[in-house]
Amino acid sequence: MSAISIKNISKSYGPVQAVQDISFEVSKGEIFGLIGPDGAGKTSLFRILATLLLPDGGNASVSGLDCVKDYKQIRKIIGYMPGRFSLYQDLTVEENLEFFAAVFGTSIQANYDLVAPIYSQIEPFKNRRAGALSGGMKQKLALCCALIHKPEVLFLDEPGTGVDPVSRQEFWEMLASLRTHGITMLVSTPNMDEAELCDRVALIQKGQIMAIDTPEGITQGFKSALYAVRSDDMYQLIKDLRSMEGVADCYAFGEYAHLKWSDDSKSSDHYHPPIGQTTWSRQTTQVHDYLMSKNHQNIEIKPTQATIEDCFIELMKS
Amino acid sequence: MTSMTPNDLNDAKISMTNHNIISTDKLTRTFGAFTAVDAISFDVHEGEIFGFLGANGAGKTTALKMLTGLLTPTSGKAMVAGYDVWQEPEQVKRRIGYMSQKFSLYEDLSVRENIRFFGGIYGLKMADIKSKTARLLEKLQLEEAADKLVGSLPLGWKQKLAFSVALLHEPKIVFLDEPTSGVDPITRRQFWELIYEAAHTGVTLMVTTHYMEEAEYCGRVSMMVDGKIQALDTPRNLKNTFEAEDMDEVFRKLARGK
Repeated sequence: MSAISIKNISKSYGPVQAVQDISFEVSKGEIFGLIGPDGAGKTSLFRILATLLLPDGGNASVSGLDCVKDYKQIRKIIGYMPGRFSLYQDLTVEENLEFFAAVFGTSIQANYDLVAPIYSQIEPFKNRRAGALSGGMKQKLALCCALIHKPEVLFLDEPGTGVDPVSRQEFWEMLASLRTHGITMLVSTPNMDEAELCDRVALIQKGQIMAIDTPEGITQGFKSALYAVRSDDMYQLIKDLRSMEGVADCYAFGEYAHLKWSDDSKSSDHYHPPIGQTTWSRQTTQVHDYLMSKNHQNIEIKPTQATIEDCFIELMKS
Repeated sequence: MTSMTPNDLNDAKISMTNHNIISTDKLTRTFGAFTAVDAISFDVHEGEIFGFLGANGAGKTTALKMLTGLLTPTSGKAMVAGYDVWQEPEQVKRRIGYMSQKFSLYEDLSVRENIRFFGGIYGLKMADIKSKTARLLEKLQLEEAADKLVGSLPLGWKQKLAFSVALLHEPKIVFLDEPTSGVDPITRRQFWELIYEAAHTGVTLMVTTHYMEEAEYCGRVSMMVDGKIQALDTPRNLKNTFEAEDMDEVFRKLARGK
């Protein structure tokens, strides 16, 4: 039995189709990522699974319980951390945790072993009001409150939003450690680089799923030759490369521009030169000569591996 | 030369001083016993895309408030667009633009009304506002949405519009706070191309963000830790110096010594 099962779920708000015929399954103990921008339908899906929203069509179940019929039982076995901080700002850290434990008919002591690794980090501030905590600490407290009744399935809607990279990394480490307790986790994020921390991901856009696979499986699906290119003038570089013959796509990618070659020549005429060697493929030479003719300075070209973000862009354009 | 206004003179002065659009010297701000910004000294060049990074509580917001003339320094000095932030904050405010992810436009005004409102706030003439509105709507291909409420637009459009509105009064510097969080990767790149384009015309962009992907797009970045600037360099040099694979790792190593 899947921990989460979604079959042909749809939801509209007036003319806006927030979720369109989405289906997927999440296995017990899996960390499953919903990766997509704001407005992709992630939160609607969470709300349907958390029994807070009725779908227009389709079926969804959590631990074998139906999200419409069995909503009362589902609420007892899930933990939900919404995107917006939703604890009581005027209660202290400890009072918030006690409150959520009481609501679920349990106590902090009963499930302390589960939250201890996380709660111990904020325990020094247990008498501080939740509203006065930093972003990272708020997030840890929210996770403790979502866990205090030992849920089977945890829903985390954009837990990384608004916190700095250190706190974000610590948060993902906590999620990984929760897996040892057999808790299933559905996590959403608009940040493509967080996809790699999930066991499997669904890339979601405009209410539809574009791909479901392991992170490696997604990136292996990128079939074109991809290069990272840079020069001193990135603005002009991207403009020039877009008008070069044979270039399917070119876009900024951090300090480089990513260039996608149009013929599917990943295997045929393209290879990775060993480190330290400057033997170039025909395409690299071609791009270099072209950029020289356009007076670019300090040109650098190297083959590169597609990331989840490259795949997302390719899927959006296909 | 005699026909030059004080503003012209100041503008001439800027272009002679090394093309630094921001220049701080031991800029400090304390709140009681707490030193939020601790004697920071750094320069930002004209036309640069500069990333201003730091953990929650590192002092970024306090530093930015001083640079935008909203908070007076306790000691030290900062020149922004040719003016001292302590002595002439109003002159500074006229020459800067600001865009934040959280608030930039009025959701229940239309696109056209927002442009008119912000143009008016910055003292542009009606005729100017009209011609700029037409140009802006055409550039962003928003002509058909001109009379729609901003609240009804997709997030990506709002961001592009907010950035263009921040540029309306032709500021020397635009401060951007997490400008592209939450949008899809294609929209994000369209946005960065607007930023590159603005930098190309000589506008300086100062970007604060928690997202290290955004930092990778900047020409140079600074990292604030406990009120001090602990590192300032190109993303590439920082990655080399800290033997890090990406800016995320640079951040972690600097912010918590991990």
